[in-house]
Amino acid sequence: MQSQLPLYPEQASNFAPQVDALMMFITAICLFFAVAITAAIVIFFFKFHRKQPDAVGIAIHGDSRLEAAWMIIPLILAMAMFGWGAVVYVDYRHAPQDTLDVYVIGKQWMWKAQQPNGMREINELHVPVGRNIRLILASEDVIHDFFVPAFRVKMDVVPGHYNTMWFRPTKPGRYHFFCSQYCGTNHALMGGWVTVMEPSDYAAWLSGLSGGSVNPVVAGEKLFADKACATCHVADGTGRAPSLNGLFGAKVLLADGSTVVADEAYIRESILQPNAKIVAGYQPLMPTFQGQLTEEQILALIAYIKSLQSLPVPAKGAGIAPTTGKK
Amino acid sequence: MSDTLTAPLPGHKMPHEDYLNATYGIRSWLLTTDHKRIALLYLGSVTFFFFIGGLFATMIRIHLLTPSGALVTPETYNKLFTMHGVAMVFFFLIPSIPSVLGNFLIPLMIGAKDLAFPKINLLSWYIYIVGGCFVLYSFGTGGLDTGWTFYTPLSSVYSNSAVTPAVIGIFINGFSSILTGLNFIVTIHTMRAPGMTWFRLPLFVWAHYATSLVMVLGTPVIAITLLLAGLERMFHLGFFNPALGGDPILFQHLFWFYSHPAVYIMILPAMGVISEIIPTFARKPIFGYSFIAGSSIAIAVIGFLVWAHHMFVTGESTYAALTFSLLSYLVAIPSAVKVFNWTSTLYKGSISWDTPMLYAFGFIGLFLIGGLTGLFLACLGLDIHIHDTYFVVAHFHYIMVGGAVMGYVGGIHFWWPKITGRLYPEALSRAAAVTLFVGFNLTFFPQFILGYLGMPRRYHTYPPEFQVLNVLSTAGASILALGYLLPMLYLTWSMRYGKVAGQNPWPATGLEWKTDSPPPTENFHVTPEVTWEPYDFQNRPDLGLVAGASPLAPAHGDD
Repeated sequence: MQSQLPLYPEQASNFAPQVDALMMFITAICLFFAVAITAAIVIFFFKFHRKQPDAVGIAIHGDSRLEAAWMIIPLILAMAMFGWGAVVYVDYRHAPQDTLDVYVIGKQWMWKAQQPNGMREINELHVPVGRNIRLILASEDVIHDFFVPAFRVKMDVVPGHYNTMWFRPTKPGRYHFFCSQYCGTNHALMGGWVTVMEPSDYAAWLSGLSGGSVNPVVAGEKLFADKACATCHVADGTGRAPSLNGLFGAKVLLADGSTVVADEAYIRESILQPNAKIVAGYQPLMPTFQGQLTEEQILALIAYIKSLQSLPVPAKGAGIAPTTGKK
Repeated sequence: MSDTLTAPLPGHKMPHEDYLNATYGIRSWLLTTDHKRIALLYLGSVTFFFFIGGLFATMIRIHLLTPSGALVTPETYNKLFTMHGVAMVFFFLIPSIPSVLGNFLIPLMIGAKDLAFPKINLLSWYIYIVGGCFVLYSFGTGGLDTGWTFYTPLSSVYSNSAVTPAVIGIFINGFSSILTGLNFIVTIHTMRAPGMTWFRLPLFVWAHYATSLVMVLGTPVIAITLLLAGLERMFHLGFFNPALGGDPILFQHLFWFYSHPAVYIMILPAMGVISEIIPTFARKPIFGYSFIAGSSIAIAVIGFLVWAHHMFVTGESTYAALTFSLLSYLVAIPSAVKVFNWTSTLYKGSISWDTPMLYAFGFIGLFLIGGLTGLFLACLGLDIHIHDTYFVVAHFHYIMVGGAVMGYVGGIHFWWPKITGRLYPEALSRAAAVTLFVGFNLTFFPQFILGYLGMPRRYHTYPPEFQVLNVLSTAGASILALGYLLPMLYLTWSMRYGKVAGQNPWPATGLEWKTDSPPPTENFHVTPEVTWEPYDFQNRPDLGLVAGASPLAPAHGDD
């Protein structure tokens, strides 16, 4: 655990130990020179303190060997710092091939992230431990910067450019991320948390079923509420969209006069491309949920809609084709 | 305690007529072409901007006492740090030493009657004032919230604050710098007294020569860059805004092409001051004169080639990053050379503990930390983590405040007897120097740790785990503020009540100490002729010291 007054942040990525080692190396060299020069000054300060008011010092004009020494030795040490720093930097800038790519978009003053399967989050980023993660960074307005101190990674997010950064989380946990390029009024609020999870937890989280196996009907019902489906698809048929009671397996009358059986494929299509088949008597109002639901979540929704099969169908507002209308 | 150990002061009298009492009235000041009076005009105006910038800094430190921010709204906080930076960088730090001490001293040090272009010198002050008025107008009408770096497209498109008057003000102010630099270069080339060869020039003059090169070559770039940002803001010309086909990174290249060398405009003159103080109060020639002089030029030249080290995380190409990191390490070497030479100068000196010397020690200590932490930031692998954090804030305050301001305040003390003809109270001024040093370290050292822990800069609110270090920093700032107020008070007091200093109270070897204090308007009653080497105490019987002897111990052998 960290002490009350830590000197360095937690080490939670592949870069953290490298950067801290580099820090130690440069600190050691600098400390040596700082202590040596300070000691020399303090010693001279007292040892050569003026004893008589009219005393002068001994004239020493210089020494070219000394001058050469204190140019060459610092130069060699500086080149060592440069070289080591360069090696680490090249590593930062060259992501491995097998990365898990996450899109991160900054805008005044929030972060949006999108997982490879389309799952989206705001001011949160979930990644599995031990995987190489690559972030593809874009900005919608001004320059931002994505900074995770515990990972020792940082990259500007520049409008009009795609910048990328990569890292490999090494320790599960929750870590601050910050915007570190000043971006206007609420710059300081433009941060959030990276959650590093065990791969199995991550997979569960991705499927929206974190916490083990949940009854898909229950998960679907929750999604139906969370995604605000129920706002329009009102059960008694008074909503802006047809009631879904008794829908599954029934025939639906469409705006073009044709009918379609409400099976899994139809429901999936209606969630992802709502305008493909418009139910007769309704406006094409529904937004697409493409990219906002995982396949697992769509399945859960279908399971929930299936469970509504036995419920009473309202007289008006169901969208189900009247049996007499059958050709 | 060493009051009695400095050279005894015979009963000095103020000169009958000097530059201060030669003429009277407000017109005699506002229309003066005397470089010494213009220096005092600058002294007043840069002190004014230092006060403004200091006021903003005080509010920033109070605000950061609590994680959620104790004092102001986010908008106001952003304006405070922006206006603090703009006032301090463009209107205090850049003009401070060159325009006050450089203006006053360069003609005196080289034995000239004035600068080469006295009227242009006055013009630069007026340009500075006009630029300053535009910036104050911006502060007063909506403020400025872009950061002193004016990064686009935040400044050119998104900011709702008074950006346009501010960039116009800085654009105008740039010409003040350019004209001052030009004046210094021409003066140093053409107006040296007989016998004042290049290698007899005080190192203060060398430092200002190097600074002037940067001013003349670099300032036009910042002027035009900010003008472009202003034009984009006013007329939507797409230079930097990607939505209009511009490139925001281009702005950063142009901005830092000047603003990195500008750091050397601030620190080189301070190094010049220290190079005068140390030999004077160690009473021996400076160690490695030509290396210190040459390192000033080297810093000015290499300093132009390191700008993109501010941009390691913008996504610039890896090869560009490697190049700029390498060059940044090279510029560290001439700075190190200066520190080694100053330290060696102390060896076998006759060191007094007078106030200017305390400032010189303070300068070395703080510049050492500031310079060494630059090595962390120049390191590519490390900069990624500490870039844009409080580590950077601490680093540049160690250079600009610990370095440049310590040099400036030390220089003001050193030449105060020459400027005013009077001495300041010695014990009080020593106490102030120590207060400044302690307060400074308490304020800014915790920020290195904050930065490495990951606290980003320019945050009006921060996670609670950073509070302890922030409170420590604010506590230090209150001591620091005391350290600045004390000199302002006792120096003002001394102008009337201080002991009369005489020509050369320390004594020092420079030509400026061979004329009255304060000097007459024409600087020297007769044109001086230089027959001695710089910082030579051994062959200067006129200084009234033990000539030729080695007072510490018998001279041993070959050292």
